[in-house]
Amino acid sequence: MININFNDEDTVVIIGSGAGGGTLANELCQQGVKVVLLEAGSQQSTKTFVNDEWKSFSQLAWLDNRSTSGGWRVSKDFPNLPAWICKTVGGSTTHWAGASLRFQAHEFKALTTYGAVEGANLLDWPITLEDMDPYYDLAENKMGVTRTNGIPGLPGNSNFKVMYAGAQKLGYKDCHTGRMAINSKPRDGRAGCQQLGFCFQGCKMGAKWSTLYTEIPAAIATKNLELRAGCHVIKIQHDDKGLADGVLYVDEHGKQQLQKARAVCVAGNSIETPRLLLNSATKMFPKGLANSSDQVGRNYMRHTTGSVYATFDKPVRMWRGTTMAGIIQDEAKHDPSRGFVGGYELETLSLGLPFMAAFINPGAWGKEFTNALDNYENMAGLWIVGEDLPQQSNRITLHPNDKDQYGLPVPNVHFDDHPNDKIMREHAFEQGTKLYKSVGAKETYRVPPYPSTHNLGTCRMSLHAKDGVCNKHGQSHDIKNLFISDGSQFTTSAAENPTLTIVALAIRQAKFIAKQLSSKQI
Amino acid sequence: MINEQQSKRNFIKLSGGMLTGTLIATSGLFSLMAPSRSWSLSLTTLPNNVAEAILMATRHIFPHKNLENAVYALVVKDLDSAATNDPAVKKLLVDGVDTLNQKAKGEWLSAKPQDQNKIILSMVDSDFFEKIRGTSIVSLYNNDMAWAHFGYEGASFEQGGYLNRGFQDLDWLPEPPKNVSPAK
Repeated sequence: MININFNDEDTVVIIGSGAGGGTLANELCQQGVKVVLLEAGSQQSTKTFVNDEWKSFSQLAWLDNRSTSGGWRVSKDFPNLPAWICKTVGGSTTHWAGASLRFQAHEFKALTTYGAVEGANLLDWPITLEDMDPYYDLAENKMGVTRTNGIPGLPGNSNFKVMYAGAQKLGYKDCHTGRMAINSKPRDGRAGCQQLGFCFQGCKMGAKWSTLYTEIPAAIATKNLELRAGCHVIKIQHDDKGLADGVLYVDEHGKQQLQKARAVCVAGNSIETPRLLLNSATKMFPKGLANSSDQVGRNYMRHTTGSVYATFDKPVRMWRGTTMAGIIQDEAKHDPSRGFVGGYELETLSLGLPFMAAFINPGAWGKEFTNALDNYENMAGLWIVGEDLPQQSNRITLHPNDKDQYGLPVPNVHFDDHPNDKIMREHAFEQGTKLYKSVGAKETYRVPPYPSTHNLGTCRMSLHAKDGVCNKHGQSHDIKNLFISDGSQFTTSAAENPTLTIVALAIRQAKFIAKQLSSKQI
Repeated sequence: MINEQQSKRNFIKLSGGMLTGTLIATSGLFSLMAPSRSWSLSLTTLPNNVAEAILMATRHIFPHKNLENAVYALVVKDLDSAATNDPAVKKLLVDGVDTLNQKAKGEWLSAKPQDQNKIILSMVDSDFFEKIRGTSIVSLYNNDMAWAHFGYEGASFEQGGYLNRGFQDLDWLPEPPKNVSPAK
């Protein structure tokens, strides 16, 4: 790997090495751009990943202190863990389940399609599905998404069999083993899936796409990338013209370093990205960087989620095989006759015994709880993932008192469900419950949302600078060489798992940045 | 179930600084895993009577009918370590058991199972109850013995995953067609 000088003013600095940052780094390096990739976490590998939920959680999860507020139950049950995301090279692509769905055309036009919804800060994206399709093509090929590019679907496990049988009883038409960035056969130098059942814990086969062992090594091979792990960024600096010119961080030895930069791309996931912009406030930018609209940190979305687990007379052993083994897409459409705008996907999910105990009903004890776990072998489960509406008041702010290990204010994550979110969740809980009852469930359990894995929208794209933080290329409206490169860009959440769209946006953004650099626009 | 709990108490014996017991199960995976019929747990900080009361309290809070005391003892083990590292935890646990005894007007452990249950549940809002509950939620379900009991199989990578070890074993529902679930 090359070394890039701290004073090299010609380098692009990317903060965060997950789906957005890791992909952007590789795409820029392939086009000859020199990149320093800063990652707060340490580097793991398929060798060091562990098939053990709690151990893996300690190894991969972002556990720096955070605070929460608002009416969501996570704030009560997990007050310092609003999100289940990762602090490691590869970011949350080590942890994600692999579901890779394109957004639907209308989801890029949420305001136009749904109309103004009271209490929601809806907006159309400044891009359309047509704009995105070529980049979705590239992303699907890069990630090896099943049911695209001639790649066969994955075989469904027993948990999928239960979902599929229930889907037939309910008359659903669109149920299959999903479009997954998990190799159904060896591809791109990576193994085929062996159905380990530990997708969330880092895929030890390397069958699931992660920037850790795809994009990042490919970028290193171009000799244009320096990856610096264990480096926690504390501030983005700017010159007297108001352009970003460097990044201040604490390195793995606890030493403060300043890396000069020609452009800075922030991809720290939707809590750390706005936090960093807010923590970088100066005299020139008193509300934080790129925040003239006061939208930095606002419109935080986490998808309308929840799970339904059901117990049967006979074994399911849902933990065997891919965690997200199948999907029902019939409810993903926009059909206001159901009483809500937007739609939701139903995807199988399983948790191992340790995490099932922790999440099935946080805070619970007693007979109902023990009865559920007594039937763990006979349990099937699915996860709801639906569009949630952006709200101004759902936001990331800096905590007035609490500081992290570097003396920086910790982020507070405030979230309240919008009424639309609640109606949608109720509908999905009902459908999930009916589905399992239709195939003989003894008991069904409505499991509240886990700490958020899909964190979106806190630096959103907008056509007009007053409505958001960045433009259709993720370029901040206020500072032309400062980019938002992760799910924070999302104008609305759509119903689909976000990673494919984050990757497609990163490919698109890389093309834009490379052009801007070569034409000396930045 | 409560009566079983009471009878299980007979399998816990206390000697100096040790919590010991005998496994109930005589067959199955669990007993195959156990190195011997008897188990023991050495205590660092908690007095024996406190340790035994906590084990029984954990049974009342998480009443798994047939789960061995040896598994519940792992909660006691973790609370004992916490008490070793933090005198405030030790005080919380010792005082909590004192309260149980006061409410029982004698030794809580000697009270009738129904009375034990009423008394521990009356403390649901206490830090003592929450400490036991919060510790149990991890300790009780994150160990090989519990996994064997509940049927969870733990790590699979070393055995090559489940591709050829039953990930599609379910046979009580129709097989999905190959276009929605391709052959492995």
